[in-house]
Amino acid sequence: MAQAIQSGKSLRFGELSLMVVFAALAVFSAFVATKAYTPEYAFHAILFAIGSAAAVFGIMKRYGVRAAVVEQTIDGKPNYNYGPIKFTAVAAMIWGLAGFLVGLIAALQLAYPALNFDLPWISFGRLRPLHTSAVIFAFGGNVLLATSLYVVQRTSRARLAGDLSPWYVALGYNFFIVIAGTGYLLGITRSHEYAEPEWYAILFLVTVWVTYLLVMLGTLWKRSEPHIYVANWFYLSMIVTIAVLVLGNNTEVPVSIFSSKSYPVWSGVQDAMIQWWYGHNAVGFFLTAGFLGIMYYFVPKRAERPVYSYRLSIVHFWALIFLYIWAGPHHLHYTALPDWAQTLGMTFSVILWMPSWGGMINGLMTLSGAWDKLRTDPVLRMLVVSVAFYGMSTFEGPMMAVKAVNALSHYTDWTIGHVHSGALGWVGFVSFGALYCLIPWVFNRKGLYSLKLVDWHFWVGTIGIVFYISSMWVAGIMQGLMWRSYTALGFLEYSFVETVDAMHPMYVIRALGGGLFVVGACIMAYNIYMTIRSPESEAVPSGRPSLAPAE
Amino acid sequence: MSHASEPRVDAHTGTPTTGHEWDGIAELNTPLPRWWLWTFYATIVWSIGYWVVYPAWPLATTHTNGLFGWNSRAAIVDELNELKTIRGAAGAKLEKASLAEIKGDAQMLSFARAQGAAAFATNCAPCHGAGAQGAKGYPNLNDDEWIWGGTPEAISQTITHGIRWDADKDSRAGAMPAFGKDGTLKADEIANVAGYVQSIGGVKVEGSPDLAKGKTIYAENCAACHGDDGKGNMELGSPSLVDKIWLYGSDKATIVNRIQNGGGGVMPSWGGRLDPVTIKSLTVYVHSLGGGK
Repeated sequence: MAQAIQSGKSLRFGELSLMVVFAALAVFSAFVATKAYTPEYAFHAILFAIGSAAAVFGIMKRYGVRAAVVEQTIDGKPNYNYGPIKFTAVAAMIWGLAGFLVGLIAALQLAYPALNFDLPWISFGRLRPLHTSAVIFAFGGNVLLATSLYVVQRTSRARLAGDLSPWYVALGYNFFIVIAGTGYLLGITRSHEYAEPEWYAILFLVTVWVTYLLVMLGTLWKRSEPHIYVANWFYLSMIVTIAVLVLGNNTEVPVSIFSSKSYPVWSGVQDAMIQWWYGHNAVGFFLTAGFLGIMYYFVPKRAERPVYSYRLSIVHFWALIFLYIWAGPHHLHYTALPDWAQTLGMTFSVILWMPSWGGMINGLMTLSGAWDKLRTDPVLRMLVVSVAFYGMSTFEGPMMAVKAVNALSHYTDWTIGHVHSGALGWVGFVSFGALYCLIPWVFNRKGLYSLKLVDWHFWVGTIGIVFYISSMWVAGIMQGLMWRSYTALGFLEYSFVETVDAMHPMYVIRALGGGLFVVGACIMAYNIYMTIRSPESEAVPSGRPSLAPAE
Repeated sequence: MSHASEPRVDAHTGTPTTGHEWDGIAELNTPLPRWWLWTFYATIVWSIGYWVVYPAWPLATTHTNGLFGWNSRAAIVDELNELKTIRGAAGAKLEKASLAEIKGDAQMLSFARAQGAAAFATNCAPCHGAGAQGAKGYPNLNDDEWIWGGTPEAISQTITHGIRWDADKDSRAGAMPAFGKDGTLKADEIANVAGYVQSIGGVKVEGSPDLAKGKTIYAENCAACHGDDGKGNMELGSPSLVDKIWLYGSDKATIVNRIQNGGGGVMPSWGGRLDPVTIKSLTVYVHSLGGGK
């Protein structure tokens, strides 16, 4: 910052035009706030106005202190841009804690309904989407942003494309999260699972997402490596597909520019089909492809081993992205969806099994020659266990997509257990492992504050996951069996409420498992906080010395 | 740390790398695991087989039907027929039997009770409780007090058409007037008559109401429906006040509230939602719970 004030510095076109756009958005939002149909929507319009004004102010302030020219390299080494990565990495930690905690509250509400306290804002119906969105989009999304913006630079040996745009992505995405989350609590929702945010939030998100794509593509465009590393393919497939999915599933008409409400163009079974085409591929591309990108960089990096099979990475990548997009109808087995669509959804899910496992094989086998490190490095252990959970849930998924199995599992808590073995075990642990690596790297610290605490996090978290998923298996299968149980005379043996009653002990165990997972995340947050507080490493700032084997 | 341009052999595995390297990460040139590839092929072959047998691919105006013409609509019909087989002769007989005939046939009676119990647990328990024990505002069905009648015919009528269910014109109608809200009775009059109701109902009279005045007010305003002796009138759905069974509660505040605001509970009509045989069985079940007349 010392060389900040330099002569010959002028406002760039990008800075100027962004300030104009944000100023216009601020005025427009303030106008919308005055005419809004509901106070909730007015509140959001005011947030937009404040956010836009803050953006104008921020760009101006940044102009005062920034260098005249952004150096692409320093002493022949890429001048990596870590600012937005630091922000999103810390944001991921904070949102993660919030999202896990809300999940725990929701789990306790299911076990003890009195905890709804008869308050609409914290009733299960509103907390549930808050939980899912907070963990998937706020926590997971920020982990994806942080890691992808890091990996694309390091594996391209190029500074991030754009100057303000990476910040627009980081800040804009988190602003979207605030709009979405507060909206749920205030009762603003599209009532589509994992796609609750209303039209204006989505419209804003699209601008952020397109910028994200351009930043990634721009960085790859100016790379100094002849080839694009496999992790980047996964990230790109995630970004492109999520854009398509969000646009497809949000084909809707707002009631008015002054109303938060919109109505989807599709209705009935068409709407359901589009919704689960979106929903399943949000899992497939956001939570699978994106996080495989993380796995492909952080596992070999941490294990200091080459990736097991280049060929497998190519074949399973293309197979995965081709097949995933077909599998959505398995969410609608035994519904009004036509039989032929159910068949396709089911069979493509089964074909998807091996392409999914390709990632697991590549992740686990990369450890070959480094298995001993699992004893000493809890971060690597976390990454490897995440891949194991990935393998488990990508077997369970195709199995549950088979109609005969689905007849038992559909609508039961088995699905919840399945989702959480993927979410806590795979997405959660691979994110934790990546953040444990990434934070010391981007903050230029010697290492983590305490590996011992990572060890604690690993064990507390793992035991929590085991409690969670095993209790939900028992609850779900029991529930399914009770629903289909007939008396000798040919009548239903149990009523719905009897199944709810029978599941109560399992719900308590689930909340206990979730509680342990939250405790683990708190240990992590403390560890990360202490790491960031520790003094900077004296090593060269432009990134860590390569962990590569001798060349 | 420039990228290597020549493949090198990984010492641990003996496998060559591809020669590319990114930020220190190399890739081995390991071939696809055979078991992986063959399992992948196997799932594809299995799926193709499944497509041949079941409806699978959309065409311009229809879709492939599969070899045996399976469809989920026909499958559910088969399953329902199977259920009929399980339910057997007793089930078939029940369909045509009258309530009186069921009563006289032990086998049909136990069959109807089984069906009724299942239907009750799914449809009635949310209000009346899993054991039909009721809750505040929802009558207990195990006792012998009947608000709208405890004969099989009366029970059947209540289930089929509901109570104060506007959508059904045959629904049981009529509600207690809101004596206080409508200004018919003043607050002190309500207090007195509430005390009187407590006194005839056999519970401890709260406060010190003028029971003599209460008795007069009762005779003028309440007796028409609840009877001079407070025994109620099932024709009108007016509950007995003297059988120590209280739908809303026997404390003064509750009784005052009832007199003040009047009205009555609502039960949906099930005629459009449950088939006649199920309603018949529900009637038998409810009638058999303990207090059937």
